[in-house]
Amino acid sequence: MWTLFTSHASEFFTGFGWTILSSVIALIGSTILGLGFALLQIVPNRFANIVGKIYIEVVRNIPLLVITMFFYVVVAKVLNLNGFVSGTIGLTLYTSAFIAETIRAGINSVDSGQYEGARSNGLSWWQAMRYVVLPQAIRLVIPPLGNQFVNLIKNSSVLAFVAGLDLMYQANMISQLTFDTFGPYIIVAIFYLILTLPLSYYMRYLENKTDR
Amino acid sequence: MQDFLQAYSWINMRFLLTGLWVTIEVSVISIIFSFIIGSILGVIRYMKVKYLSAIVGFIIDMIRNLPLLLIIFFTYFALPRIGVHFNVTVSTIVAMTIFESAMLAEIVRSGIKAVPKGQLEGALSNGLNFYQALWHILLPQAYKKMIPPIVSQFVSLIKDTSLATIIMLPEVTFRAQTIYAQKPMEIIPMFLMLAILYFILNFTISQIGSYIDRRMVS
Repeated sequence: MWTLFTSHASEFFTGFGWTILSSVIALIGSTILGLGFALLQIVPNRFANIVGKIYIEVVRNIPLLVITMFFYVVVAKVLNLNGFVSGTIGLTLYTSAFIAETIRAGINSVDSGQYEGARSNGLSWWQAMRYVVLPQAIRLVIPPLGNQFVNLIKNSSVLAFVAGLDLMYQANMISQLTFDTFGPYIIVAIFYLILTLPLSYYMRYLENKTDR
Repeated sequence: MQDFLQAYSWINMRFLLTGLWVTIEVSVISIIFSFIIGSILGVIRYMKVKYLSAIVGFIIDMIRNLPLLLIIFFTYFALPRIGVHFNVTVSTIVAMTIFESAMLAEIVRSGIKAVPKGQLEGALSNGLNFYQALWHILLPQAYKKMIPPIVSQFVSLIKDTSLATIIMLPEVTFRAQTIYAQKPMEIIPMFLMLAILYFILNFTISQIGSYIDRRMVS
């Protein structure tokens, strides 16, 4: 196993790098999009609410693989994107729906008196959100958001389907090259755990802290 | 130009729907197994048995933090190396069950933990032993509260069965790919149909879930 690792170290670390890059891009993108769709669902505009709701329900109920393959097979051909980019776009859109739900739940769990108080003190809807509701919601939302990020890192493995150069893709490549169907997957599993375990333990710690 | 009429011919639709049935079958079997195993593991983790709970907890945390795709690969490609052979369907079910049991165990554990402490204390001081208290007092209350997370876990299980296309399980996503690989004119209709089929299946399940949840709470 160790010789397998040392002889293919550059592939493993390349995959590790692409996995991290894709996860970070998707995290930033899906947080922005997710916040947008969460706000779309609560703005005082019936049409915007419905649009937000439809987007979230549709994206949440379709497998990530189908979304990613759509971008790879259809959109990438038109816009000439490579596997990594189309995979990351699919990942971003998919995760944004879950993040939107998380943020919306966080906003809803802020006591409604806070919003009413802000409005009756003369703040506009946007000011009330920006200065009163969102700052309180963020604290509640951080642990579930962190768990979404763990899911995001795990889900980035679908990049392997679209030649996205990530860890899972490299594992398949090495396994096909060396005819070893055991070692590469164990090594890649360790790489994934290095990314996800500390994060999910930290989130559990934060959850326990806010519970108390 | 994309050919919708040709794409949704009866032959194609029958081919896809057979795949959807495979998706449902694999999902239901995995749901049943992972619900049972996940509940047992969750209870073990909650009970804090010496050593056992720590070991179970560690394994659950490892599995939860790995991509399901990796576990599918592992059960299909790596296990034969150590003498365990499964066919594609069984491999998928085993992989899904391993992964989803770990996810459910965590839901069950935190669900039991969320039942107010007085319930357990009250049951014990009324003469029930721990297992009776668990079975009659803690679990019924815990499961009622766990309905939303369990249902959404099942929905993600159904979606995740699509990952088994990589080991060529003939489920709906794989079949759609088979169709559009032969006929590039049917790519967009196939994706649209996949989206519709998955949406109908999963949306129905989440609606039923929230209906049951509302009935239980009120």
